[in-house]
Amino acid sequence: MTGKAERQAWSSVEEAAALAAPPPAGKQRPFEWRVLLGFLLPVIVALAWEAAVHFGFAQGRLVPPPSRIFATLSALAATGELWTHVSATLWRVLVGFVLGASAGIVLGALSGSSETTRRLLDPTLQALRAIPSIAWVPLFILWLGIFEASKVALIAIGVFFPVYLGITGAILSVDRKLVEVGRVFRLSRLKMARRILLPAVLPEALIALRSGLGLGFMFVVAAEIMGASEGLGYLLVDGQQMGRPDHILAAIIAFAILGKLADSLLVGATKPLVRWQDTARGTL
Amino acid sequence: MLNLAHLSKVYADGTRALSDINLAVRESEIVGLIGGSGCGKTTLLRLIAGLDTASQGQISLDGEIITEPHPAIGIVFQEPRLLPWLTVSDNVAFGLDQVAPAERAARVAHALDKIGLAEHATRWPRDLSGGQQQRVAIARVFVANPKVLLLDEPFSALDAFTRASLHEHLLGLWEETRPTVVLVTHDVQEAVTLADRAIVMQPKPGRIFDELPLGIARPRDRSSLPFESAVRRVMGALDHSLNTVQTSPQRERDREAAGLWW
Ligand SMILES: Nc1ncnc2c1ncn2[C@@H]1O[C@H](COP(=O)(O)OP(=O)(O)O)[C@@H](O)[C@H]1O
Ligand SMILES: [Mg+2]
Repeated sequence: MTGKAERQAWSSVEEAAALAAPPPAGKQRPFEWRVLLGFLLPVIVALAWEAAVHFGFAQGRLVPPPSRIFATLSALAATGELWTHVSATLWRVLVGFVLGASAGIVLGALSGSSETTRRLLDPTLQALRAIPSIAWVPLFILWLGIFEASKVALIAIGVFFPVYLGITGAILSVDRKLVEVGRVFRLSRLKMARRILLPAVLPEALIALRSGLGLGFMFVVAAEIMGASEGLGYLLVDGQQMGRPDHILAAIIAFAILGKLADSLLVGATKPLVRWQDTARGTL
Repeated sequence: MLNLAHLSKVYADGTRALSDINLAVRESEIVGLIGGSGCGKTTLLRLIAGLDTASQGQISLDGEIITEPHPAIGIVFQEPRLLPWLTVSDNVAFGLDQVAPAERAARVAHALDKIGLAEHATRWPRDLSGGQQQRVAIARVFVANPKVLLLDEPFSALDAFTRASLHEHLLGLWEETRPTVVLVTHDVQEAVTLADRAIVMQPKPGRIFDELPLGIARPRDRSSLPFESAVRRVMGALDHSLNTVQTSPQRERDREAAGLWW
């Protein structure tokens, strides 16, 4: 009957599917011009404000025009002041992130992989999570002093919770059906963890680390605003006290750039681990 | 020989999934298990695979009692269950980590060649069609050289043409090592195409209703008289199995539901 024709159609469907598959990594994809659309609004606003100040429609004292902010930034960079602040902030975020993320990974793994430890740990951690992290600051200052330790502790707390929750959730949502594949091939506990659980958990774990990093930057601002002699957060407070909105905005821009860079670095460094996932991840 | 003796399974919630199953499968025999959903077919395969434990009775393979996954028993699930983070060839190699790398590579290459996916070896599973993924899953159990191969409706999600070509791939691989096969299906044509013996099951509790030796020479021609008469016989037994369930309103509804699948 029509068997032959349909068989042919079927095989061409498979070929079509093969053609539709994304090209192998390394090949250049055409540039998406529509990405630039996202820049349009901020650029127009910045130009409009610049023009308004330039032509005298506005003073620009409280909201300095872009040119003045960049002049401030480059002046700060030229004196080396900017690097002092940036490196102080980055160091705090880094130490706090490493501590908070490590604790989050360890406790998250414990809580995700054993019902007993989950029942033991999770209620306490959830209760602690309900406390706004900033509320710990006075206590941390009493315990750890006003210098680095209390700031790092606050950042670590901020990083800890999203990582802990993300890792626990990721482990709990591992597909039981894939675990069964491991059982059928009689993997030992260790091999099961390495060959099935770890790769299955990785994508969600990386998302948890990214949100942890984001919170790390949020809490470093809080920590530095509450008392520091250097750091971008100090620059914010200083700008407020000296009546220098250009300093404040320069610090804000530096925060935005650092945050984005740190996030891209994390994504880039872990990309090889999750290459098997949809390529859409890069644009998240 | 694979032997099931007085096998019963009651789940924790009280569901009687299997009741007193007795079945002996000869070496290299292909048995087709047929029945509507809820007959306990999946439960039976999971018990044989050692993924679940029987409430009563026992399973033995050449005298050895099976209570947990056994290296000589392989299973293909209803879904391909490929590991998305491994390429096609790494998925096929998944169960071979005890095998020396050179031999592992050779076995994987041979299996991929056999199932017609040699040129897809370095792809990710998500880039394959459903039929291709299921072929990879079949290759993954075959490279481990199982003595017993369990197939749980492996082709049910696929269209008729893909299914027919998979039957050929499966028989091609089977010819090489001739494992014992227990194939669960709800497709009578499929059972008659592949099996030496059809076993018709009945639900609530799951049990064997009838056994029909098919005894058709291979390769099988779907349009031959013996093939067609075998299909009719199995259909008849299946009909009979649905009609001999005692009638009560609940039974009646169940029967209608069970009738939907074919
Ligand atoms: N894990 C389980 N817990 C409780 N009942 C189950 C479980 N798995 C299957 N069942 C029940 O056991 C019966 C047989 O199921 P199953 O073996 O999946 O049948 P089939 O594969 O023939 O459709 C059904 O009534 C089903 O609802
Ligand atoms: Mg089933």
